[in-house]
Amino acid sequence: MPHDHHDHDHGALSPSGHPYRKDDDIVLSYWQMMEISVRELLIEKGHITAAQVHNQINTMDARSPANGAKVVARAWSDPEFKSALLTDAGQASRDMGFDIGPMHLIAVENTILVHNVVVCTLCSCYPRNLLGLPPDWYKSRAYRSRTVIEPRKVLSEFGVEIAQDVQVRVHDSTADMRYIVLPAQPKETMGLSADELAYWVTRDSMIGVGLPQAPK
Amino acid sequence: MGGDPAGNINHDQHDFALWEKRVDALMVLASSAGLMNTDSLRRVLEDMGEEAYETMSYYERWIASVSQNMVEAGAFSTAELADKMAQVKARGTTYGDAT
Amino acid sequence: MKVRVQNHWPPGHIRTPAYLRGKTGEIEREIGLFNNPEQNAYRLPPQQRRLVRVRFTMAEIWGDAAETPDDVIEAEIYAHWLEPA
Repeated sequence: MPHDHHDHDHGALSPSGHPYRKDDDIVLSYWQMMEISVRELLIEKGHITAAQVHNQINTMDARSPANGAKVVARAWSDPEFKSALLTDAGQASRDMGFDIGPMHLIAVENTILVHNVVVCTLCSCYPRNLLGLPPDWYKSRAYRSRTVIEPRKVLSEFGVEIAQDVQVRVHDSTADMRYIVLPAQPKETMGLSADELAYWVTRDSMIGVGLPQAPK
Repeated sequence: MGGDPAGNINHDQHDFALWEKRVDALMVLASSAGLMNTDSLRRVLEDMGEEAYETMSYYERWIASVSQNMVEAGAFSTAELADKMAQVKARGTTYGDAT
Repeated sequence: MKVRVQNHWPPGHIRTPAYLRGKTGEIEREIGLFNNPEQNAYRLPPQQRRLVRVRFTMAEIWGDAAETPDDVIEAEIYAHWLEPA
């Protein structure tokens, strides 16, 4: 049979505007063989079930920056919630109904005096149970190496210029805590509802490499 | 890693393939089953060394670590893994055929 | 409280970044008790260890090479890696 035309074939973009990863229709790699084998052995030996694998993928797919955006928007519009978030961000997120598993979360607040940015120099720790899987650059050697020694230059490359009278605070997720930045609320959004505010909160603003943006 | 010389940050982004999502799920489920933990995942990744970081993708390194952890935990033997991989390879030439 | 990260370089899995070893900072907050990763990594029954967040200035970590000396880095360090400074 001739090579079928797939609608996600070479060079096409996904609905989120990103290129697809090499997928089902390319030659089976050694590591893909290992994934299939580990999965089947764990299922055959009763350690996990196929349904659990399926459900876990669905659970991760449902986690996205939109969840974090709702948390941030609520903090902007509800001072009591903001206080709870800064005390225990994990509990505050759970109280909003988000299933973040056992994750320990700390929220760090941007102010007129402080700009926070998050990195994991040892691996790729990220608040994945709230925001979903991290972007590729977050896991890159360049981001992990440079953010702790030249954070202002890194931020500048992301389009964020920090004034010299603002302290940059880099959070290295070295151990058991995960971090979310609570960006400063843009002046022009004062008075908007939490639902409207959530559209202003970008993924990058919750990592600290971006600022909230007017919805397109 | 932290503070080491490094080049520009590549902002390209890709959507995860099914096999990558499955690797992620296997790590989470094997941890819930008590067969491994985040530190044991990281320990094997670190022991794989610099070369693996340069030559393997993120989830390629992860499945290598998960697999090593499963052998260490007694979930299956290296012989069982080798047999299974041979069977998988015989199923076809693409991921879709073999899975 | 001022603390110094021990300047130890053991082989094996640890969660204390190389660039912070031997450096002095302030305890930012206590986080609580967590499994010791140095045992957990080898699937040994882990002891509970105090985990604290420590704040370091860029000047302390990088000296003259600091991008902005008063900027800071905060990291989680297990208490058994810390000594009074």
